[in-house]
Amino acid sequence: MMLEVRDLERRYTRRDVHALRGVSFDVEAGQRFGIVGESGSGKSTLVRLLAALDKPTAGSVSFQGERVDTLPERELGFLRSELQIVFQDPMGSLDPRMRVRDIISEPLGRRNPARVAELLKAVGLSEDAAARYPHQFSGGQRQRISIARALAPNPSVLIADEPVSALDVSVRKQILDLLASLVELYSLTLIFVSHDLGVVRHVCDRVAVMRRGEIVEIGDVDQVYDAPEHEYTRELLAAAPNLRAELARLRGGEDG
Amino acid sequence: MTAMTLEVHDLGIGGLVRGVSFGIACGERVGLIGESGSGKSLTALSIMGLLPEELAASGSVKLDGRELLGAPEKELSRLRGNEMSMVFQEPMTALNPAMRVGAQVAEPLRIHRNVGKHSEALLASVGLPGVGRAYPHQLSGGQRQRVVLAIALANDPKLLICDEPTTALDVTVQAQILDLILDGVRESALLFITHDLAVVASVCERVLVMLDGEIVEAGTTRDVLTAPQHDYTKKLLAASDLEASR
Repeated sequence: MMLEVRDLERRYTRRDVHALRGVSFDVEAGQRFGIVGESGSGKSTLVRLLAALDKPTAGSVSFQGERVDTLPERELGFLRSELQIVFQDPMGSLDPRMRVRDIISEPLGRRNPARVAELLKAVGLSEDAAARYPHQFSGGQRQRISIARALAPNPSVLIADEPVSALDVSVRKQILDLLASLVELYSLTLIFVSHDLGVVRHVCDRVAVMRRGEIVEIGDVDQVYDAPEHEYTRELLAAAPNLRAELARLRGGEDG
Repeated sequence: MTAMTLEVHDLGIGGLVRGVSFGIACGERVGLIGESGSGKSLTALSIMGLLPEELAASGSVKLDGRELLGAPEKELSRLRGNEMSMVFQEPMTALNPAMRVGAQVAEPLRIHRNVGKHSEALLASVGLPGVGRAYPHQLSGGQRQRVVLAIALANDPKLLICDEPTTALDVTVQAQILDLILDGVRESALLFITHDLAVVASVCERVLVMLDGEIVEAGTTRDVLTAPQHDYTKKLLAASDLEASR
């Protein structure tokens, strides 16, 4: 098992907020695991706990069988390279004063032009991108740089936290396709966090639906989308703009 | 031909927008789609007379037959928030963080001397009764966008422009805001800017597709989305339909 999460709880005592309560799930190696929920559902808190960037108030997180929630920072070095995160806003996660080659080789701890070239190629950027700065790229290209940096230390788990929410639709599709092909190519386990049900369906094979700090439904993507069991999942699916349904409605109008 | 509420003819903005012409009748809902940088927002800003200073618009923009391009600022400010108004994507930057929302909703009424309405009633009409004394930071994203909408609709504008009004919101909230917009523009012209084709399909009767500053396709929503003519529209549809390529 790549990740095991048991009865995870995170409460903020000062504000008396339960950001997460009793969350349990497993992620198998090679799985593409989606986490869907609206703002405030606890998605980001969960990501921080999975990456051991925060400590739970109860419960446990195990990475490849080893508990990581109890480890001190100095013993988390292995997790920092094994588990990488791509964030929503690439401009906010790339240092504007660093050249792309330095951004990508930073997680390696040393310069490695061959590895940088290989990664740039893998994410579909040209080799001369290495000498440029983040502001010289479009939003989609910047997200490619973030992905290249995340892949640099050869992680086994990639967490993508709303990686395409800030992008145009056609760029969104390119980045999603890129993520899918990289997951295949590098045998990654993918954890994909999004508020967008359509995007999760496109990318993942398993999905957990979160609301107010709890997982209300978890299952294989086709099962959850085609036969949702929880009321909230049905509500979410009904509220999401569905292009196919709208087009079918428009076509229906044509026939009379 | 029926008289148009908004008539845009051969609009050009410093080479970034070229030869844009369209009209919106009273009660009509028109979508403007295209990617970042295609000129959607510039087109909207030029109608409102809010272009950045270094950009000038050419051509003609008429609201109810009155020419807006080149009109003095004094005249435009009488129209803005009164006969035409705009809802932006991010409500937190559209609202004044240091002012109670009730006072912000009352502002367009006071400025345009509309004595027939009250801010509390306006807030109630967007589903926010009794929040007038709250500050923007005390509200959720969806509630803030409701406040912005109440401000935009305060004086029953003839033209409402919405620039990605639901992009920053959760899906369930998004559906509520769209319903409120549709309710609010029954007797106005709506220009709805978005990159979400599903939203366009559910909200608009006609669609304009913009690419690199030009309108490359226009027609009824049904024609444009079910039988696209231009390659770019086809590409946009293909990229939007994530289910097709699973």
